[in-house]
Amino acid sequence: MAVRTLAELLEAAFPGDEVSVEDRTGGGDHFQVTVVSPRFEGLSLVEQHRLVYDALAAPLTDGTIHELRISTKGTE
Amino acid sequence: MRDQIKDVIETSDVALFMKGTPQFVMCGNSQRALEALRRAGAPVTAVDILPDPRIRQELSALSGWPTIPQVFVRGELIGGADIVEELEHSGELERTLREKLGDELSGEERVVAVA
Repeated sequence: MAVRTLAELLEAAFPGDEVSVEDRTGGGDHFQVTVVSPRFEGLSLVEQHRLVYDALAAPLTDGTIHELRISTKGTE
Repeated sequence: MRDQIKDVIETSDVALFMKGTPQFVMCGNSQRALEALRRAGAPVTAVDILPDPRIRQELSALSGWPTIPQVFVRGELIGGADIVEELEHSGELERTLREKLGDELSGEERVVAVA
């Protein structure tokens, strides 16, 4: 899976927010994603990560993401 | 099986669902979560999800969390490796453990099997 594909899924779920995706190993299945969004304000880390998981549900379910590291931040 | 998983989550002080066991960890993220919990002194009850794919399916159905590891404190989902590390760095992990489990954290580890 390409970094671009994951970034597009995240951009669709977090329109206008800061999104970055890094392929940690170059193998196309270990990713670090970072999302900075005002939607995270007031949410617990579990709730924040759930929003990211929701956005990436398809590649998580079909197994194309083997390992995912998530970093989320609010904008305040 | 689902009832057994639920029972581990609800009755353990700290439940860690992981790939492998604390003695033989099979995944980097499980290792990261385990080490953060150890540094915080958490008494960990570990469940290896690898022996049967249904363990992971049932667990994720219960928790609504798609990835492994998963850490629960007294029945509440705390998160995966990234969150546990983030909570450790902010000091919140140890604070939460002490709030929920008391000041004397044993750091004991045990492994339970579900089938």
